[in-house]
Amino acid sequence: MVLVVLDHDGNKLRKGSLEALTRARALAEALGSKVVGVLLAEEKAPAEEALAYVETLYTATLGPYTAEKWAAGVLAAARQVGAQAVVAPSSRQSRTYLGRVAYALKAGLLEDTLESTVEGGAVVATRYAYLNRVTQKVRAALPVVLTVKPNTTPLAEPLPTRGEVKTLEVPSVPTVEVLERLQEEKKGVSLTEADIVVTGGRGMGSAEAFRLVEELAALLGGAVGATRAVVDAGWRPYSEQVGQTGKTVQPSLYIALGVSGAVQHLAGMNKSKYIVAVNKDPEAPIFKHADYGIVGDVHQVVPALIEAVKRLKD
Amino acid sequence: MKFVAVIRQVPDGESRLKIQGNRVDLSGATLILDQMDEYAVEETLRLKEKHGGEAIVVGFGPERTEEAIRTALAMGADRGIHVVYEGFADPVAVAEALAGVIQEEAPTLVVTGGQQADWDSQALGAALAEALGVPVVSWTTALELEGETAKAKHDLDEGAEWVRVRLPAVFTTQQGLNEPRYPTLPGIMKAKKKEVKKVAFQGAPKVEILEETIQEKTRLQKILDGKDPVAAAEELVRLLHEEAKVL
Ligand SMILES: Cc1cc2nc3c(=O)[nH]c(=O)nc-3n(C[C@H](O)[C@H](O)[C@H](O)COP(=O)(O)OP(=O)(O)OC[C@H]3O[C@@H](n4cnc5c(N)ncnc54)[C@H](O)[C@@H]3O)c2cc1C
Ligand SMILES: Nc1ncnc2c1ncn2[C@@H]1O[C@H](COP(=O)(O)O)[C@@H](O)[C@H]1O
Repeated sequence: MVLVVLDHDGNKLRKGSLEALTRARALAEALGSKVVGVLLAEEKAPAEEALAYVETLYTATLGPYTAEKWAAGVLAAARQVGAQAVVAPSSRQSRTYLGRVAYALKAGLLEDTLESTVEGGAVVATRYAYLNRVTQKVRAALPVVLTVKPNTTPLAEPLPTRGEVKTLEVPSVPTVEVLERLQEEKKGVSLTEADIVVTGGRGMGSAEAFRLVEELAALLGGAVGATRAVVDAGWRPYSEQVGQTGKTVQPSLYIALGVSGAVQHLAGMNKSKYIVAVNKDPEAPIFKHADYGIVGDVHQVVPALIEAVKRLKD
Repeated sequence: MKFVAVIRQVPDGESRLKIQGNRVDLSGATLILDQMDEYAVEETLRLKEKHGGEAIVVGFGPERTEEAIRTALAMGADRGIHVVYEGFADPVAVAEALAGVIQEEAPTLVVTGGQQADWDSQALGAALAEALGVPVVSWTTALELEGETAKAKHDLDEGAEWVRVRLPAVFTTQQGLNEPRYPTLPGIMKAKKKEVKKVAFQGAPKVEILEETIQEKTRLQKILDGKDPVAAAEELVRLLHEEAKVL
């Protein structure tokens, strides 16, 4: 069996789940096996929507997310169905709890994969390594635990028939006690799914100046990104951070405003199709990684860009 | 109390990488203590300074990894354990190899990097926690001991949270957890005499690297002068619309 972990926001499946489904179906076909789903919820989960995509869906409601509870849930489902492969959308949280699952199953762990196939009974996948600079082709014998990098895979279509729900018994495990959630207000387009990302760096000068970044992003239908320097300064939330210790994005267009281009930042965006930089320093490293750029002050150039885009749209 | 930092040696992100045959060749690269593991070492040192006890650094990797262990000892760790393996091993295999060594020390807690700068894995801390049968707190930005428990703040995909966890537990680092200190000259001298116990790797890697390639995209590098911001912006938008066709 191939077990697919369906991630969601409480109301809807995340796009990454539909990518994971596509991969899971391809692996199952190559292995002469079937796909079953597991849907874990804090309180609420879109079980109705999920049933359109799998014949069998294991569900459990586990209360506040912890890596241990989610690992226990996935493991219970994997053991129940005798999973040869566990496939999940890649996120920081999934890469944590699936690290536990991989260890428990003594599985080959293939993290954040771009593609995956079956060759000679083993799973072969490609992924990035060395801070996103190297492409690796890796192989693992079954069982495997595989996560799917966002925006790498076509979305799965619903099945002709609806699946059935099975309730999963999840054993209780020693875990952390969640004291306080510091939620961030979610607005605009999701960073990892956006086709255009507009990132502001320390060169923006202040939290207030991010109004310009937000305005340009909104105008282009894109998401706002931030560098670590900006997150550390408290100008923007961590969920917007792009880079080694933030999110990895691969949009068609990445616009870096007042960003120097440190390797740790490049690690999160260097695979973007087109990179644009605006920086007042002509020697800024970001220009070496840019397709287009303007040497100039963001406070003058960004308002001019906003006006130019508006004119284009008219 | 015993505080364990788990570290690896990786190429400096600024180093140029080459391919030799079909694998990355690190012979010309500057190799460093992984910066994400540096936060782990620093955190164990601070815990030891505050609560007393011992800071132990456990390293995995080829013979040269001892350099990174010595760096951690020069920062102030008390002693090192080096699990030696010349080839590549995936996080599950590494966790398997390290768990026994760490269990023998019966540590108060274990800290390791949130992401490795070579394999780009985020799983070692979690796999290690599973191997040790304890909880994991990933992407930790604050950590305080409170008796038998620890209180920690850590990043989620969206937002962050405070958690309390019974010790022992494994923590993985996030940038911002602390500001790692530099080794001092006396620290470097002392580190030379500190113990580094060598342990042979016993285990079987579960993932094999078939091929590595570097496909750096050649960038157009059309950089405009912004002295006239309105004209430059107009030209950039034209290029994005007509040439790149992304607008
Ligand atoms: C282990 C580790 C992990 C890290 N992870 C990340 C990560 O995930 N993401 C990340 O971003 N960083 C990360 N960093 C930090 C990284 O090294 C850099 O410090 C950071 O990316 C710098 O952010 P910045 O470009 O905004 O700021 P700076 O480096 O300060 O650059 C600001 C730029 O703005 C330009 N500028 C200033 N004023 C103006 C103006 N008025 N108009 C136009 N341009 C202007 C300057 O010329 C400069 O190039 C990490 C570091 C470490 C050690
Ligand atoms: N942790 C690792 N992650 C990825 N590749 C590695 C790792 N360690 C070693 N390698 C690869 O193995 C080869 C030999 O490395 P080494 O034995 O570490 O000198 C190098 O060319 C690397 O590509």
